[in-house]
Amino acid sequence: MIRGVKGSLLAAVSLALVGCAASNGETASAGDKPAEKPVKFNKDPYPSTYKAYPGQVTAVRNVTIFDGEGGRIDNGTVLLANGKVEAVGGPDTPIPADVAVYDGTGKFLTPGIIDIHSHLGDYPSPSVEAHSDGNEMTSPTTPEVWSEHSVWPQDPGFSRALANGGVTSLQILPGSANLMGGRSITLKNVPSRTVQGMKFPGAPYGLKMACGENPKRVYGGKGRAPSTRMGNYAVNRATWQKAVAYKKKMDDGKAVDRDLAMETLVGVLSGEILVHNHCYRADEMALVIDMSKEFGYKVSTFHHAVESYKIADILAKEGICSAMWADWWGFKMEAYDSVNENIPLVYKAGACTIVHSDDANQIQRLNQEAAKARAAGRRIGVDVSDELAWTWLSYNPAKALGIADKTGSLKPGKMADVVLWNGNPFSAYTRPEKVWIDGALMFDANDPKRRPVSDFELGQPGEGDVK
Amino acid sequence: MMRALLLSAAAIVALPAAAQDVAIVNAKLVIGDGSAPIDGGTVVVRGGKVVAAGAGVAVPAGVERVDAQGKYVTPGIVAAFSRVGLTEVDAVTGTNDRSAPRTRFSAGLDIAPALNPMGSPVAVNRASGVTRAIVAPGSSSNLFAGQGAVVDLADDMDMVTKPRALQYVAFGEDGSAKAGGSRAATFLLFREQLLAARSYARNPATLAEWGNDAMIQRADADALVRVIDGTTPLFVRVDRAADIVNVLKLRQDFPALKLVLVGVTEGWLVARDIAAAKVPVLVSPLTDLPSTFEQLGATQSNAGRLKAAGVDVSVGVFDDDDAHKMGYATQYAGNLVGLARVPGASGMTWDQAFASISSVPARAVGMEGSIGSLRPGRAGDVVIWDNDPLELGSRPTAVWIDGKAQSLTTRQDRLRDRYTTPQEGALPKAYDR
Repeated sequence: MIRGVKGSLLAAVSLALVGCAASNGETASAGDKPAEKPVKFNKDPYPSTYKAYPGQVTAVRNVTIFDGEGGRIDNGTVLLANGKVEAVGGPDTPIPADVAVYDGTGKFLTPGIIDIHSHLGDYPSPSVEAHSDGNEMTSPTTPEVWSEHSVWPQDPGFSRALANGGVTSLQILPGSANLMGGRSITLKNVPSRTVQGMKFPGAPYGLKMACGENPKRVYGGKGRAPSTRMGNYAVNRATWQKAVAYKKKMDDGKAVDRDLAMETLVGVLSGEILVHNHCYRADEMALVIDMSKEFGYKVSTFHHAVESYKIADILAKEGICSAMWADWWGFKMEAYDSVNENIPLVYKAGACTIVHSDDANQIQRLNQEAAKARAAGRRIGVDVSDELAWTWLSYNPAKALGIADKTGSLKPGKMADVVLWNGNPFSAYTRPEKVWIDGALMFDANDPKRRPVSDFELGQPGEGDVK
Repeated sequence: MMRALLLSAAAIVALPAAAQDVAIVNAKLVIGDGSAPIDGGTVVVRGGKVVAAGAGVAVPAGVERVDAQGKYVTPGIVAAFSRVGLTEVDAVTGTNDRSAPRTRFSAGLDIAPALNPMGSPVAVNRASGVTRAIVAPGSSSNLFAGQGAVVDLADDMDMVTKPRALQYVAFGEDGSAKAGGSRAATFLLFREQLLAARSYARNPATLAEWGNDAMIQRADADALVRVIDGTTPLFVRVDRAADIVNVLKLRQDFPALKLVLVGVTEGWLVARDIAAAKVPVLVSPLTDLPSTFEQLGATQSNAGRLKAAGVDVSVGVFDDDDAHKMGYATQYAGNLVGLARVPGASGMTWDQAFASISSVPARAVGMEGSIGSLRPGRAGDVVIWDNDPLELGSRPTAVWIDGKAQSLTTRQDRLRDRYTTPQEGALPKAYDR
């Protein structure tokens, strides 16, 4: 489809509307007369070069399937072909002759986990000062920076997330030192020489924002605004006001000087770029919701969101996702009111529920975090089935990232991003056995050659170890 | 009025103090010493201690019976390396007593008076089945961090089980930073401080002669003398394989040192050396990233490989959170059971994994005879679980510490109950309790 419309102005505009990273980058309106029309800037100057690796037609039979949208098939069959999910069904699902067939008896098959909050690559291992590339702590608002320009593709953490965590896509965010930390990027979890080789084709950009303690501490500590929560909002509002004026100028057809910061914010105001807002406290989330209405944008997801349970009804009504930990608490004041039932209470209220990591270790066991949250819910009578709980790990984050039409569930035609687990993935005793990304087998616990080793680990102690 | 207040205050303090005699019957009984669970088991606790545990154990007359209904009954979890009790909110410095970066003292620091048994992390960890913890100080301004303690997590004011139960020191990159910038400085400073303490022990006047040039204070020297003679175990944070080998060699100069290695990320590379030295290790077993250059060989198979080499391996939770989430010990131990099923990986059996979070850490700190298992004579720290304790989301339904039944309600539970329905009712949420 993208190939078919390449080159036409109409196509360029429509692709730009969804911030399509797979467009060919020809969004500048070369045919327009500069004097009369506003200059259009290339919205995709660092385009994805990711291409699915070769896969073979693969079937898994006799397996328990969670389809990612809340469905479950016992004794199921899945067929992957041409990088896509070809068929999902019961034992009588037809399988072509001469394809690789795996017996899934006693095993479980799910969509790959999608971590909506990661700093792999921008805070990589080893976490030496030379690698500290996640926070541009020189101004409280830096919407002009793009996390993809910090991502080190050789971070060994990507391989751990794949092999131990079954993570097939992830969003890399700037840190939370700034109110507006910059653009995020969604990646396919495939090793690559370049970050462009990991960029998820067609995924919209995100804007990382942050409430609360971090921005006011960082900038208050430098003797400048913001130093208080009210300062946080004042700086945010002034910046949004500037963006609204910049957008109006563009909408009115007036020429504007290119401003990379404003370009990102106009993308948010136009609905092309999704807001991912680090915010712990319920009262602050409510204020952010009003601020978003004041300036005309929408928050996709509150991240960390330890107090979402206090306003789960409001979040459900506003259609805002909460990306949460199962039980992190106590490390800072705004994480003091964490409860183990946050995730199930948000789910119970009918609000979009996501399990996230923000951590190079926890990204390796998001399934386990979901299991703990599910158990905590069950103890208070919120009984969530395994298959529904899986929506927290793949489909809901895919929706919040704007990629649910492409991945996040096992529906025919979607990307074959699939994990075969050696048992129920909500057990501590279970690990990924095989992971496919776009139908290519990228990890196989039974084959040491299907275990990525980053450049950094080559020739070091433990190279190619099980990790 | 005043008298009534005093009386009621006394009553509150006295409330949890009564040790019960209790027999828990019909249990899937885990002794915690590495043996297999016993179906239909019984554990009898009298006078605060385990008197009998196993199959076919008779319940003495007059002892309260609790029917576990076939559920897992285990010793309480022993947090192998922790800062529980030393912090409430990490980033709120007034509540955080882990480290003392500006003190002039070092080895002499004793965390006991800094512990807060009323802190919410104590209750939260207790509610996840942790009954004892080995608590170490974080750091001082000098090489030695000070003296840790073994504590209980009971709902009372007396938290210390054994004060000055360990001395803590970090080698590797952290030690270098304290010692002046290199590992060479760390090893020399370590040696010189111990020699200074030994001189002081032989002639206390020497310390006064050194005056302001003294490397250590009198209290530090007192503490280090007990390290030199092996009275106080020396817990050493060390990760790089080469550093581990060199730390083991410290006993060439100080043969009585009772070493316990903490972290040991690259331990599997020198597992035979550690085993030959008969030095126990405490690991945070899911550490598998080369977070530093001294952890290049990190793998989750470290614990299993060390165990297979004959090393005493305790499993703790300290590379991610060392105060609030000690309950992760069961999850981490469960992951070791899972690893045993992964081709090429090393893990533990269920029985070994449970022992690694109960009796093995007790042994590492020299208290195997008094805590960490349900063998007769150990403290009556008993947990009934709603499910397999190493599985995700399993929780205690009852906890005894020293034979006293414990509250499992936390501040977090109160918040949850208030907001189970988030909408406000006839009055604001503040009235809802």
